[in-house]
Amino acid sequence: MQTQETYNDGVIRLFLLAAIVWALIGMTVGVYIAAELYWPNMHMGFPELTFGRLRPSHTFGVIFAFGGSALIGTSFYVAQRTCHTRLAFGGLAKFVFWGWQLCCVLAMITVPFGITQSKEYAEPEWWIDILIAIVWVSYGIVFFGTIARRRIKHIYVACWYYGAFIIAVGLMHIVNNLAIPVSLTRSIPIYSGVVDAMVQWWYGHNAVAFILTAGFLGMMYYFVPRQAQQPLWSYRFSIVNFWALISVYMWAGAHHLMYTALPDWVQSVGMAFSIILIMPSWGSAANGLMTFNGVWERVKTDPAAKFMVISLVFYGASTMEGSIMADKTVNSLSHYTDWTVAHVHSGSLGWVAMITIGSLYAMAPRILGMGEMYSKKAMEIHFWLHLLGTLIYVIAMWFAGIKAGLMWRALNPDGTLMYSFLDSLIAIKSMYVIRTVGGLFILTGMAIMAWNMLLTAQKGKGSIEAIAVPVEPIAAH
Amino acid sequence: MKLPYKYFEAIEKRAWLLGVLTAIFVSFGGLAEIVPLFAAANAVKAPEGVKPYSAIRLAGFETYVKSGCYTCHSQMIRHLSFETQRYGLVSTADESVYDRPMQWGSKRTGPDLARIGGKYSDEWQRAHLMDPRSVVPESNMPKYDWLSHKPINVKNLQGSMRAMQTLGTPYSDEEIAAAAAAVAGKTQMDALIAYLQGLGIDNKVQGAEPAHEADKL
Repeated sequence: MQTQETYNDGVIRLFLLAAIVWALIGMTVGVYIAAELYWPNMHMGFPELTFGRLRPSHTFGVIFAFGGSALIGTSFYVAQRTCHTRLAFGGLAKFVFWGWQLCCVLAMITVPFGITQSKEYAEPEWWIDILIAIVWVSYGIVFFGTIARRRIKHIYVACWYYGAFIIAVGLMHIVNNLAIPVSLTRSIPIYSGVVDAMVQWWYGHNAVAFILTAGFLGMMYYFVPRQAQQPLWSYRFSIVNFWALISVYMWAGAHHLMYTALPDWVQSVGMAFSIILIMPSWGSAANGLMTFNGVWERVKTDPAAKFMVISLVFYGASTMEGSIMADKTVNSLSHYTDWTVAHVHSGSLGWVAMITIGSLYAMAPRILGMGEMYSKKAMEIHFWLHLLGTLIYVIAMWFAGIKAGLMWRALNPDGTLMYSFLDSLIAIKSMYVIRTVGGLFILTGMAIMAWNMLLTAQKGKGSIEAIAVPVEPIAAH
Repeated sequence: MKLPYKYFEAIEKRAWLLGVLTAIFVSFGGLAEIVPLFAAANAVKAPEGVKPYSAIRLAGFETYVKSGCYTCHSQMIRHLSFETQRYGLVSTADESVYDRPMQWGSKRTGPDLARIGGKYSDEWQRAHLMDPRSVVPESNMPKYDWLSHKPINVKNLQGSMRAMQTLGTPYSDEEIAAAAAAVAGKTQMDALIAYLQGLGIDNKVQGAEPAHEADKL
């Protein structure tokens, strides 16, 4: 008699724990550096605590450590469930977990000590980059290995997005980080000047596209129908959006370099594709939202569904904002200001964090041996803290960005500049305090989530049972 | 017009085909934009007047890079009249040809530095780095006073010059050998000030004119 195949949820529990710990660390650093912009002596004489050294630890911490752990964990969960099979290469999956955590720890510690190549969103030095590449390839092997041994012939849309995320991030990570090592603390990138600018923003923008969008859309396409307890609104619509999204996004990176020394034609191409991008973005947002059609009352009673619905609203709103900001005329006002910071955070706090939180609340009880989260009330409080915090943050930064942008371009009647740079800083400084308060709301919400998860795990400790893989006769392919 | 679904189905049932098509679809944009730039960049390299960084300025560049200055300062004056009025001539692609990585930046919590060289005295720059609020009371820049007792990493400096030489930056072997003596006894503070004071002067393209008529102010 054959033993019953079960899902490998052990490694997913580890990723869940890691995601929550990294969220707390990454966001704490975020709140700290936000405060530094108003209280510049907060680094207390430590070079490692200055804004310039810590900001990369904040972005790495929330994007790669928190987002990355949540994405890898949920992708293993979704691949097993939609393919009706156990995760391939259990040992390698464990290596992916510990390897990824090692990369995150090394990156977050070395960069503040000045061991950095200072390429935005790709700061870690060459030897950490090599480690990341090794872990990433291993991750790809586990994920695609699982897909290869699937019992359901059809690959579900969530897995396409996770797959595209893995392929594209691997590709971009390697191309962007090519460098000649000098020592453990220094390397010289093979690109310089304008080519480097294009490569860095091709990478930077597509890190947004394939981590913060494609990866989390994978999450959305599985957990939204799961939470709405009905099928995706339109499967065919998701096909169109998938191919459009992955091919259009890659063109849009040049919108980070408007009016710069980048050749004009690249700027125009980048702008055109950024505007086209609104269609697949809204397509996915609409598809997710429409999936709740007929069960909208769930949004009132289920905090996880609440997070998901609002995340899709933010996704629609911030992709719209992104297309508008990629217009050259708007960009001349918004670029270099806090408006960009507002845009990034409406996307990352509104869309990315909320879809992740919703999905983790949906997934956690199932892998922790519980029917539901320990406290529904705590989830409810978390939702309102997070939403309020995000709105406070984003509105403060919109205000600061537009104010500074207008002051930079204001002219006296005789054509001379009306304000000095310092005038614009003084005018927006108080917004940095308000933004910090918004960040504190969000961090408090995450702490409540951590507490809730901990108690759920404790309560379910004895009742965790390996979940059997459904093996139907239609199976083999 | 309706595409038969079976074609999509064929892709969605074959993991390898889905993977290969994904890789192809994501590659179009990058290839279309970056490959022509490589060709263009190779054609316009090394304009007259733009010399690679001297040893002390390269050490300053390293301090600038390692301190994460790009998180608050740009080095890119855009093709906009209010920018040229505030910061000087429009930045050109040639000027950053020796910057690895480039320091164009993405956010101005502080002002653009592309042409900061010579705008203030060395003494002002030193006082400002020691404590920005001693000269600009409302500034929110952190102090960088520790740079005044941080030595320059000569091994990294000469290694960087050699790596840049490999990549085509015209450093001679003599220049690399002389780098150690050139920075002897200097601190990272001295190097950073030398770097800042050369910005927009040492990398200015000779006879550069604003690209747009409107920018000639």
